[in-house]
Amino acid sequence: MPEYRTHEYDVLVIGAGGAGLRAAIEASAAGVKVGCVCKSLLGKAHTVMAEGGVAAVIANVDDRDNWKVHFTDTMRGGQYLNNPAMAEIHAKEAPARVLELEAWGALFDRTKDGRILQRNFGGHKYPRLAHVGDRTGLEMIRTLQDHGIHQGIDFHMECTITRLLVHEGRVVGAFGYFRERGQFVVFRAKAIVLATGGIGKAFEITSNSWEYTADGHALAYQAGADLIDMEFVQFHPTGMVWPPSVRGILVTEGVRGEGGVLRNKDGKRFMFEDIPENYRNQTAKDEEEGWRYVQGDKNANRPPELLTRDHVARCINREVKEGRGSPHGGVFLDIAWIKSRVQNGEEHIRRKLPGMYHQFKELAGVDITQEPMEVGPTCHYIMGGIRVDAETQMSTVPGLFAAGECAAGLHGANRLGGNSLSDLLVFGKRAGEYAAKYAQELAIASVGADDQIEQAAAGALAPFGRPDDGDNPFRVQRDLQKMMQAHVGIVRTETEMLAALPALDELEVRASSVPVEGNRDYNPGWHTALDLGNLLTISRAVALSAIYRKESRGAHFREDFPEKDPEAARYNTVVRRGADGSMVLETTPVVPTTEVQKAVIEEMG
Amino acid sequence: MGKATFQIWRGDATNGRFEEYTTDVGDGMVVLDAVHLIQAEQAPDLAVRWNCKAGKCGSCSAEVNGKPRLMCMTRLDDLDLTRPVRIEPMKAFPLVRDLVTDVSWNYAAKKKIKPFKPRKPDAADGTWRMLQEDIDRPQEFRKCIECFLCQNVCHVLREHEKFDEFIGPRLFVYSAALEMHPLDVENRLSDLKKQDGIGYCNITKCCTVVCPEHITITDNAIIPLKERVVDAFYDPIARLFRFARSE
Ligand SMILES: Cc1cc2nc3c(=O)[nH]c(=O)nc-3n(C[C@H](O)[C@H](O)[C@H](O)COP(=O)(O)OP(=O)(O)OC[C@H]3O[C@@H](n4cnc5c(N)ncnc54)[C@H](O)[C@@H]3O)c2cc1C
Ligand code: SF4
Ligand code: SF4
Ligand code: FES
Repeated sequence: MPEYRTHEYDVLVIGAGGAGLRAAIEASAAGVKVGCVCKSLLGKAHTVMAEGGVAAVIANVDDRDNWKVHFTDTMRGGQYLNNPAMAEIHAKEAPARVLELEAWGALFDRTKDGRILQRNFGGHKYPRLAHVGDRTGLEMIRTLQDHGIHQGIDFHMECTITRLLVHEGRVVGAFGYFRERGQFVVFRAKAIVLATGGIGKAFEITSNSWEYTADGHALAYQAGADLIDMEFVQFHPTGMVWPPSVRGILVTEGVRGEGGVLRNKDGKRFMFEDIPENYRNQTAKDEEEGWRYVQGDKNANRPPELLTRDHVARCINREVKEGRGSPHGGVFLDIAWIKSRVQNGEEHIRRKLPGMYHQFKELAGVDITQEPMEVGPTCHYIMGGIRVDAETQMSTVPGLFAAGECAAGLHGANRLGGNSLSDLLVFGKRAGEYAAKYAQELAIASVGADDQIEQAAAGALAPFGRPDDGDNPFRVQRDLQKMMQAHVGIVRTETEMLAALPALDELEVRASSVPVEGNRDYNPGWHTALDLGNLLTISRAVALSAIYRKESRGAHFREDFPEKDPEAARYNTVVRRGADGSMVLETTPVVPTTEVQKAVIEEMG
Repeated sequence: MGKATFQIWRGDATNGRFEEYTTDVGDGMVVLDAVHLIQAEQAPDLAVRWNCKAGKCGSCSAEVNGKPRLMCMTRLDDLDLTRPVRIEPMKAFPLVRDLVTDVSWNYAAKKKIKPFKPRKPDAADGTWRMLQEDIDRPQEFRKCIECFLCQNVCHVLREHEKFDEFIGPRLFVYSAALEMHPLDVENRLSDLKKQDGIGYCNITKCCTVVCPEHITITDNAIIPLKERVVDAFYDPIARLFRFARSE
């Protein structure tokens, strides 16, 4: 038997980003014993990087806003593959979740009369994003962290879960290791909430950190849960493109929300040339109207730079491909031009976008108050993930819940900016609440699955015994990223994607024989080797789902099927582990909109 | 593309040394890129913390050529590459391995500070009103990314190791954000004086100098807190006594 420590909880939360912290706080408030683990230190999860804001209908800036508009915006953005029940709950509950943060100490930027200020963002009809400059995620995670540490939750930092324990069809715990000394640990729990974030490390150009190795997606998959919508990977239109070492780092959409415009090398605002039909009556006719919109003119429509991310990313891609890009293979994003329109322009830009100002100044040597930025698409977010019940966030495996980026349903084929931070709060809370309830109602103790603990321990130690074949885990990861970027990236075709499958087989062979140097003490090589399995599993899920969907919709764009197919609007893809251990792909009918929801969508146009 | 040499601390609390690595360097690279390149090509078990690679998470703190820095925000063009670049872990905290230190003390010390406690909501709908100018100051403090570089350079911790009596600049910034929060009604002044040891700070400003978020730690956070503490514990009898003796 391997050596390990054991902890017992009613609810174990895996992940301490916005979703995990919110879930842990709620579960703890229900009076159950809660543990929370995270791969990094507390407060360092991806949520800390979020910039632009959190979407919620507080209607402080434009009182025409209400939940129906937010619901409709979310559904339209998601091209109606969203789970409408989730979109409705989200729109209705987000305001309370954001205001609650204020009661826990958050300090959002203010309107003149002292209420929470809201800003424009792509796909949102009215100014809806509560924010703090361009560091909203930091404010959110710090508020949850500083509140959470006083709620009787046990935090285990720098601890990585590598396996969920399943006994008689329900989860009974999790196995993992502490990064510091590599010791093993078993958490026994009646209910588990996965809040592990995304999969961005499967791609070469990404805004995501080392943590985003698809762990939660893969853990759920291995435990038998359904994953849905895995073909929908969001490429954010504006990542940094130069210098090479910062390629992919995010440039917040807030830049465009504050009036930043996109131009090609000829100085042309190319976004005006390609406005999708279903957004035409919501988009500015000319530059002047667009400017009035960002200035808060309620009668103006938004500039085309604020169309949905999938569309803007593809337009940028097109400009670059057709030779109209910037020197380093992007396009120009210009905020400096607003100096001709606002007083104290430089000061204004620095105040509204302090993070961007410093990021460009320090990393690229570019002063954004004087010159345009160079930007291009970067892998940012996955809409697909663990299939959950809209009310409770329980997955298809009893006792296993999921919230945040690793769960799916709310965003459909494309997520609107700002809808993730609100997602974390709304569904993080629900996951915590219902996980606690499930644990309280469960009469049986969480035992069993000892064989799985042994397997998990053996699996974790396997890389150490391997002969040195000259390969190393970082190289395998890099080759996977390049392969996925090339074959299953922003613009997809059948032949390219079919080539990804044997490439994945080959990478799997390499991953399963990759040797690791050194010992178990804080060893990134070892950690990366263990993460590879998750990345590979989920890359395959993305590829298979993307091959299946023979149309273009939202973030999924196929050059060989550039149009939407009305038939394909009727299903979501499902990936699960088959009885023989191989990956099975199915479809499931989309969750139907209720009559009431239909009426709302029609009414809102 | 050129080449540069790095001397990186390898080892744990009991035993270690600087190892030299030479690697390719290119346009716009930061120290963390070089560390990652070395990790990927030469030393896969080189321990280093990082997350955002954009100065937002405060994970990658280390000492570069003796200066406390975020590795992801330190560009190689700003360093003298004709000589080896020396990268070592923060010195005030116990070493875990290589560039990674045990910073858990900061989390434990924070937990002892009384949490935020808001006044009753201003409006019937349970919300509050705050003017932007009243929150500018606490917002400055809330920019903190908990990199702990300020803790690392403060002599009270680094040299005098007063970890049991002194919470350090980061946590004064945290306390100040709470104390100056327009809604907060908690009183932390007695704790600041006794448990948190604010008196140990002799305003050397080393913390302010290293803060990557450019928070004016001493002038805006510590000095006003010190003044509040003095005002709160101002003792009229002692002053009378002093006054009488100086007559
Ligand atoms: C640069 C950037 C800017 C963004 N800006 C915005 C924005 O303005 N508005 C918006 O709405 N959204 C934004 N997003 C998206 C949003 O920030 C994320 O989708 C969201 O923060 C994800 O939160 P989460 O709680 O699901 O996961 P995270 O915050 O990523 O947390 C995941 C947690 O799980 C832990 N974990 C993962 N795997 C394991 C494991 N195996 N064992 C133990 N723990 C594990 C991690 O350590 C971490 O604590 C942005 C994203 C990025 C990258
Ligand atoms: S000013 Fe005070 S807190 Fe800052 S480094 Fe000096 S002694 Fe430490
Ligand atoms: S105050 Fe500045 S130096 Fe100190 S931890 Fe915060 S960001 Fe780092
Ligand atoms: S990696 Fe986040 S601050 Fe350097």
